[in-house]
Amino acid sequence: MDFGFTPEEEKFREEVREWLEKEPPGKFKMELEDEGYGCWGVSREFTRHLGAKGWLAPDWPVEYGGQGRTSMEKLILVMELAKHRAPTFLHFAAELVGPTIMLYGTEEQKRDFLPKMASGKTIICECMSEPDAGSDAAAINTQAMEDGDYYIINGQKTWTSLAHLADWCWVTVLTDPSATPRYKGISSFIIDAKTPGITIRPIINMAGEQSFNEVFFDNVRVPKSNLLGKINNGWYQLLAALDSERCWSRAGMAWYCGEILKDLITYTKETKNGGDSLNHNPLIRQKLAQLAIDIEACRILQYRVAWIHSRNTLPNYEASMAKVYADELSQRLAMAGMEILGFYGQLKRDSKWSVLKGMIGHMYVNSYGKTIAAGASEIQRNIIAQRGLKLPRS
Amino acid sequence: MDFNLNEEQEMLRKLARDFLSANCPPSLVRKIARGEAELDPQLWRNMAQMGWMGITVPEKYGGMGGSFLSLIVLLEETGYACLPSLFFSGLIGGLALNEMGNDGQKQDLLPKIAQGELMVVLAFTEPGVRYDAQGITTKAVLEGGNKYSIDGVKLFISDAQHADYLVCPASSGKGITVFLLETRNPAIRCALLNTYAGDRQYEVILNKVSSSKENILGRVEQGWDLLQSVMRKATIAKCAEMVGGAQKALDMTLDYARERKQFGRPIGTLQAIQHYCANMAIDVDAARFLTRETAWNLNVGQPCVKEAAVAKAFVSDAYTRVCKMAHQIHGAIGTTEDHDLPLYSKSAIASRIIFGDPSYHREVVAQEIGL
Ligand SMILES: Cc1cc2nc3c(=O)[nH]c(=O)nc-3n(C[C@H](O)[C@H](O)[C@H](O)COP(=O)(O)OP(=O)(O)OC[C@H]3O[C@@H](n4cnc5c(N)ncnc54)[C@H](O)[C@@H]3O)c2cc1C
Repeated sequence: MDFGFTPEEEKFREEVREWLEKEPPGKFKMELEDEGYGCWGVSREFTRHLGAKGWLAPDWPVEYGGQGRTSMEKLILVMELAKHRAPTFLHFAAELVGPTIMLYGTEEQKRDFLPKMASGKTIICECMSEPDAGSDAAAINTQAMEDGDYYIINGQKTWTSLAHLADWCWVTVLTDPSATPRYKGISSFIIDAKTPGITIRPIINMAGEQSFNEVFFDNVRVPKSNLLGKINNGWYQLLAALDSERCWSRAGMAWYCGEILKDLITYTKETKNGGDSLNHNPLIRQKLAQLAIDIEACRILQYRVAWIHSRNTLPNYEASMAKVYADELSQRLAMAGMEILGFYGQLKRDSKWSVLKGMIGHMYVNSYGKTIAAGASEIQRNIIAQRGLKLPRS
Repeated sequence: MDFNLNEEQEMLRKLARDFLSANCPPSLVRKIARGEAELDPQLWRNMAQMGWMGITVPEKYGGMGGSFLSLIVLLEETGYACLPSLFFSGLIGGLALNEMGNDGQKQDLLPKIAQGELMVVLAFTEPGVRYDAQGITTKAVLEGGNKYSIDGVKLFISDAQHADYLVCPASSGKGITVFLLETRNPAIRCALLNTYAGDRQYEVILNKVSSSKENILGRVEQGWDLLQSVMRKATIAKCAEMVGGAQKALDMTLDYARERKQFGRPIGTLQAIQHYCANMAIDVDAARFLTRETAWNLNVGQPCVKEAAVAKAFVSDAYTRVCKMAHQIHGAIGTTEDHDLPLYSKSAIASRIIFGDPSYHREVVAQEIGL
């Protein structure tokens, strides 16, 4: 049992802190703003800046553009980014597609893609979901047909986050539609987003922003060398990507939530209702304290995921636990914030009357998607029950 | 960071699991709760021989000299077995003595505690049941140069009847003084309270109990701070016991969900049941690691004011939730007197409240986060 960080790890934390304080993430141009309210902020500039420092994929091997750091160091980085409210949503490419290429790509693909991903210069979006393939990710219809040295791809992807900012698309397709079960006929491709036949259409989310997109493939010609790894091996590649996503996509949540909680605490102290400050109201004290408690639970579950990672094993149901907990916590926090702000929670940032830059409301409307994206909470609970607790499927 | 137990801790855990499942089965726990049996003196002696009573007592006082983490590992297992409270009460009494007593007091009593020959019990709560210094209304008045006279009522004191000594905070002069009172004194009277759990909680009436200055633990009128740090360790110790209980409730539920068939299939295949179990598992794991982490921090000397409050609030609520879901999944059979599950769900009632209930600890957290 040891719940401390080593002196070397603490030294790294200090280095990260100093760097972030010297160049605060907030000063970079943002494509999607949320000032860390739920880690949906997007800034290409900041992502490149972090990549140039080597900290976009610090845990990758040096030969592929990483720094060969441990998962605990990566966790520390994630913590500090969150505490400094850095926009990190764009980092998912490196966190999710990267490890998949590392595991399944050919040596050439690894040398080609990984360093430029690690530097933040190349963004790869994840084209997995389709209109009829959500949780059932094997139910895809997008097809790739062999044509000489090329594949011709037809179909439609949807909910593709940040496709409009991406340079490349990582796409799951059917290469053998007759395979049973269906997942045995799936392969994946890395496709240049500028290839003729690709159309990216925004889907405006309920916050009124372009975050995800539809991506159409209309006779898109892709060189065979862009097939990731082996043919009909795509299902395992997808599972690996989803594993990494479950591990890291919510890794900073406890600390993001901690920052928001601080804002709410300040707000309750500065706001009076009926002559007394809100922070003296016992109901509000209890509510915010409970959130502070839940943030600690979220933190310790995430520590465990990183620790398992650091032993070179892949977290399994443990990552599902951390993800479910983090997403549901962020929803409770957003809800509590809306309750405390009352009428003012409705106001967008540009309103004369808005408080906390309108970001609590922004977090609230965005919070609905949290428990859906990267594997819905129900799917995570299935994983916990069946893989973790070994409950029978039938 | 290392979430695993080390080799020694793992050995202790396994030994405790095996020993308790063989020697303290639920049937025995139930009999004791019903008042049909007492904890077997032989069982007590065996536990003492394994060093459990003196697990954190320093070696120079005849103990094992183990760390607070060993205690936590052991208590997860006693909680798992729902071992009657006598053991926990004695451990906390010993802990209080070890942290607050002077060398003479320790030399006198700790070796006997470690041998299992003597019980010291913490008598903190009073009818007003508060955990702040104002909640201590028991009065100690100096009579002559060396003697105090103590009056008051301590309530919900586990195993007071079995104690040889009570660690008893009282208000005196400008602060709190902690006394070590011998229960042989006829001015101390204990009466058993009739609880649903059948645990042994007592009313302790202190009627002009005379105590000399030598029997004060820590400093006169300045006992509160040290007592607080004892209470914080006791709180985390209770959390560890609850974690064990919650794990057992989950394990029993998983076994049942695999066996029990309805509509021609095990209920464990049904998604509603699977998701309840997933929620229970999240609660158990988060509770366990928050507890162990706080214990680890206490062990390296951190004050852990916020951390202990976070842990007690979370673990108490988690244990309550886990028991509730365990009952739901067991159906009617779980609500019967002869079933093992109520041993746990009823023990959760007292565990949730003792050393401060979740609302109390949320208020501590509120202060710690600057509200
Ligand atoms: C903000 C956001 C960003 C996203 N970004 C991307 C992206 O970049 N790339 C990408 O490919 N996709 C992305 N997605 C899509 C996401 O992966 C899917 O939304 C998700 O897998 C769920 O699919 P669905 O929306 O079709 O819901 P469905 O699968 O239709 O689910 C609807 C409901 O049924 C439940 N359900 C389904 N199956 C089961 C089951 N077996 N057991 C119990 N309940 C079940 C679900 O839990 C849910 O509650 C994103 C989604 C969101 C919200």
